[in-house]
Amino acid sequence: MLTGSRIRDRRLQAGLKQADLAASAEISASYLNLIEHNRRKIGGALLTRLARALDVEPTILRDGADVGLMQDLQSQAAQMGVGEARVAELVDRFPEWAERLGAQRREIERLEQTLRGLNDRLTHDPVLSEKMHEVLGGVAAIRSTSSILVDTPDINAEWRARFHTNIDDESRKLAETSAEMAAHLDQLTQQEPGFVTPLEAVTRFFERRGFHIDELEQGIAGEIEHVLDQAPEFASETVRDLGAVALRVYFNDAVALPLAPFREAAQQHRFDPTALAEAFETSLFRVFRRLATLPRTPEMPEIGLVSCDGAGAILMHKPPAGFAMPRFGAACPLWPLFSALRSPGAPVRYMVESAEGATFTAYALAAAKTTARFDAPAIFEASMLLVASDGDREQPLPLGSSCRVCPRQDCAARREPSILSANSLPRHGS
Amino acid sequence: MGNSVLLIEDEPNIVEAISFLLERDGWTVRLHSEGVGAVEAVAAAQPDVVVLDVMLPGRSGFEILRELRQGAARPDLPILMLTARGQKKDRELASGYGVSHFMTKPFSNSDMLQAVRDLAEGRSPDVGLEAS
Repeated sequence: MLTGSRIRDRRLQAGLKQADLAASAEISASYLNLIEHNRRKIGGALLTRLARALDVEPTILRDGADVGLMQDLQSQAAQMGVGEARVAELVDRFPEWAERLGAQRREIERLEQTLRGLNDRLTHDPVLSEKMHEVLGGVAAIRSTSSILVDTPDINAEWRARFHTNIDDESRKLAETSAEMAAHLDQLTQQEPGFVTPLEAVTRFFERRGFHIDELEQGIAGEIEHVLDQAPEFASETVRDLGAVALRVYFNDAVALPLAPFREAAQQHRFDPTALAEAFETSLFRVFRRLATLPRTPEMPEIGLVSCDGAGAILMHKPPAGFAMPRFGAACPLWPLFSALRSPGAPVRYMVESAEGATFTAYALAAAKTTARFDAPAIFEASMLLVASDGDREQPLPLGSSCRVCPRQDCAARREPSILSANSLPRHGS
Repeated sequence: MGNSVLLIEDEPNIVEAISFLLERDGWTVRLHSEGVGAVEAVAAAQPDVVVLDVMLPGRSGFEILRELRQGAARPDLPILMLTARGQKKDRELASGYGVSHFMTKPFSNSDMLQAVRDLAEGRSPDVGLEAS
């Protein structure tokens, strides 16, 4: 359920009129009406005031799982010229249809990714390119030769026999090349099922498991192989190798920071990674990963994590509710993740506001992955932890997901036009 | 209008088919079957039209085309490129290097013959794919 609908439900449960609640939250009744009908997104201080007036925790009013669905549908609706308010209405009134539309949208995105993969394959795979050239060459020879035979009834016997031999020769070669192409494509499909990249396949595994792998919390290293064997995402050797690396990191983190004491300390320190790193005498990166993989409980804030390499390519992402992250392509250049990348070793912290209007404390850090050498460039990685926050302490830094789906029209960092309209930008009350 | 064609192509069955078609149409056909030495073969044969494949052993047809145009001994020498690579970028590359006409494999025999005739007479062929 969306935030506006949650506020309306809570208000009705409390027996309050719109005017009463609006007055308590220091906004107009008409503005509250827009909020309750999900026509204005809110977060930060106003959400806190409304929560206080309703005598509930702000987290209870925050958007639920429907936010991801809203983002999917908004992107689709923008391309069809349908307004954002109509999307919210659809999600609220016809959740099953909305879910189906969202599933279709995700399937289209998956197919587009497959298409891009195939296109890349056709363009860059030297084996496929060579085979395709052989096939077209063979077809050209057969077409030209057979046309000669048909169009030249008076052709002499010697030429006729020679051309028949040539057609036979070319058709044999064509059959062999076609079989080789099919074998090559079969091999590719096994290596990269659905042309999903190995990194994407590993992320999908973690998404399916809610980023928490219970089997690896018991300190038994042998469980890694068991998890790898059981997951359909790790069917190919390439993905399995990459998955094994990610699971070993998870396992080592779980051994260093056991779940029960770490969870207790996280709540005690209000999910502050710096305090946790000091308390457990471990690295911030490990604390980031551990916080992002805690099993979700109602009292926990939304926690997300994203990491990238020195080129800014996203290696892993766990988007928190209210903060969309691009599955493919480049992210918002304003993310503190990239600020950290420019100053390795110097942690940065910002209060940020997502394009969806949710506020987070963003903690980011970059560090070299390799030992410094004079004969090779250093390899860097950066991570950014996002912890949902009420945003009361300071003016948040406005961020987006990626330019394509970001409604912030006047952003200096914009590199391409958005498919969303300017009025998709969340507006906040006073 | 002259009547000689230099065919630079490495696929023997395509060579045989094109040679047969051109010779029946009254052309004298000389052959060169690899990328290496193709520019020298053009200089030696002095053809009226060059039919040039793109994927050749040793050297690509694009490189040969570029050198032929840069050499400029005969800047208006008609060159017909035949290739299995029919992507827009390939056509643009060939056009940038100064190809006279560009056709993709598989091609129609009559289109190919008409293109050679048009090029030899200084006309722009209206068959197959345009060079631009």
